[in-house]
Amino acid sequence: MENQRPIAEIPREDLIVPDPPKGRLAQALDSDIFYSWRTSPVTVVATIVALSLIMLAVLAPWIAPYNPFNPASLNLMDGFTPPNSTGAFSDNYFLMGADNQGRDVLSTIMYGSRVSLFVGVLATLFAMTLGVSLGLIAGYNGGIIDAVIMRVTDIQLSFPAILIALLIFGIARGVIPPSRQETMAVWVLIFAIGLSNWAQFARTVRGATMVERQRDYVSAARIMGVHPILILLRHVLPNVLGPVLVIGTISLALAIIEEATLSFLGVGVPPTQPSLGTLIRIGQQFLFSGEWWILFFPALTLIALALSVNLLGDWLRDALNPKLR
Amino acid sequence: MLAFIIRRLAQSVIVMLFVALIAFIVFRYVGDPIASMVGVDTRLEDQEIMRERLGLNDSVIVQFFRFIGNAMQGEFGISYRLQQPVTELILSRLPATIELALVSASIALVFGVIFGVYTALRPKAWSSAAIMALSLVGVSLPTFLIGIGLIYLFSVELGWLPSFGRGQVVDLGWWRTGFLTETGLKSLILPAITLSLFQLTLIMRLVRAEMLEVLRTEYIRFAKARGLTQRAINFGHALKNTLVPVITITGLQLGSVIAFAIVTETVFQWPGVGSLFITSVQVVDVPVMAAYLMFIALVFVLINLVVDILYYVVDPRLRVDGGAGK
Repeated sequence: MENQRPIAEIPREDLIVPDPPKGRLAQALDSDIFYSWRTSPVTVVATIVALSLIMLAVLAPWIAPYNPFNPASLNLMDGFTPPNSTGAFSDNYFLMGADNQGRDVLSTIMYGSRVSLFVGVLATLFAMTLGVSLGLIAGYNGGIIDAVIMRVTDIQLSFPAILIALLIFGIARGVIPPSRQETMAVWVLIFAIGLSNWAQFARTVRGATMVERQRDYVSAARIMGVHPILILLRHVLPNVLGPVLVIGTISLALAIIEEATLSFLGVGVPPTQPSLGTLIRIGQQFLFSGEWWILFFPALTLIALALSVNLLGDWLRDALNPKLR
Repeated sequence: MLAFIIRRLAQSVIVMLFVALIAFIVFRYVGDPIASMVGVDTRLEDQEIMRERLGLNDSVIVQFFRFIGNAMQGEFGISYRLQQPVTELILSRLPATIELALVSASIALVFGVIFGVYTALRPKAWSSAAIMALSLVGVSLPTFLIGIGLIYLFSVELGWLPSFGRGQVVDLGWWRTGFLTETGLKSLILPAITLSLFQLTLIMRLVRAEMLEVLRTEYIRFAKARGLTQRAINFGHALKNTLVPVITITGLQLGSVIAFAIVTETVFQWPGVGSLFITSVQVVDVPVMAAYLMFIALVFVLINLVVDILYYVVDPRLRVDGGAGK
């Protein structure tokens, strides 16, 4: 605080439009949000875990020890190699062991998290876009549009997401010709998970929009003749983004779990593109024969990923909620 | 009260019609019903005759009302995969799911309330902190991983409990129960715990939060001043007043229990409605999908209705401002 000039010395223009006294980064490091992050060890650990898992997933093609989907590099003779040993046939070293087809479990996990994160992130973005748009429209317009949208939201919220996703997946299977199902599966999954998670966004944004609608800045924009869509996007949306961010983080964790569950049930991604859920499904077959590593490591990764993202969401909710400070 | 129930009934009917519309669209437009019934060598003229006889050439509105009429009589057509009437299929699988769901919901309610009250009455004890930390794990772990973990511990390592199926069942008319045999009861334990954990943590956290809130109120202080025993205060006064939200959540969650049974039934190869639904999704057995959707919707709507009515019974405050005005 001592580097600030006394008030008397500040020119008048600065009082009206104060320049940021420090650089962007310094300002961010000094903010309340960063403080609440820094002082919560659980959150710091969660951030580190989440970021490293994301890095491992994104960089998988470059840093994974093997390419588990290249048949040339696989050897069935290496199947069931225990963790931290070399294969029976090749001299390949398997840190987390090899699965039944001789694939390196570590590499399949890295590629699998890639699929899980890809589906999770896109599904959440889709749910967010849909939910936020509907929420803005409902909250801004009110009346019959609001009533209809909220009624649909209520119905949607009273059914578990997994059920809705399963249903959409089943319908898509019936509609899409079998020849294209393999390539479309990931997109169907994103669509299904996204469509089962939008309601929470819609409800929250609608509530926030109804509050913002009464504010003077919205009336001012309306009187100036700004198009309603522009008012919503440029003026209302930035002011309701806080809660959206919180729900977005938590629903990312939910989407990852939902994807894993669907893939575990055998209705998710095709076997050629295994996600963490598919890997767990494969590993479960060897639970009784003692090859625990095929199941254990993917399961651990899924738990770490979902839990860390969930904890980040919890922290964000507390940090952005001024009432709890 | 009556007006309230009628209004809720009307809302339920609207929701059911909405779901029926979706089920109808799925039933009618996902895949071609004729194509799934006939072989490759059926002549086009014969297909046309079948189409006419099944009423697929009527207007969409007529077909929709016929679908609803059939649905109300419990008629959902023939399963494409098993060539059996869908209603029979679902009814034969239903007891397994209902037994599982009821046992899970009871476990969740009993232990949820016990743990919730315990952690609220001893907020600073390390045991409470441990229970709370465990509950966080319970919320964020996917159901199927909990199931696999339990199988690993109790079936593979310890060998105490079976890992799949229902064990021996006894026929009571059309109802097949696993309650009456030892293997049936043993088989029920792991799936029921798996299914109950999520609800248990939810109820526990809710009871804890509500209890902490109620214990701070004036009337509890007054009860203490009157010299009532701790037990009477905690259970007679405090717990009773936390029950309204607990009933709501438990009731509403009973529906989710049935839906989440899909996952649990798959993990434990439990022969219930959920596993029937999963197989029908995998092979696009449309009549089963449509019927299951209607069935789940009916369960949800009924539960919502019962919960709303229970509100009235449990909380007299609602009767005062709701009964006269509405």
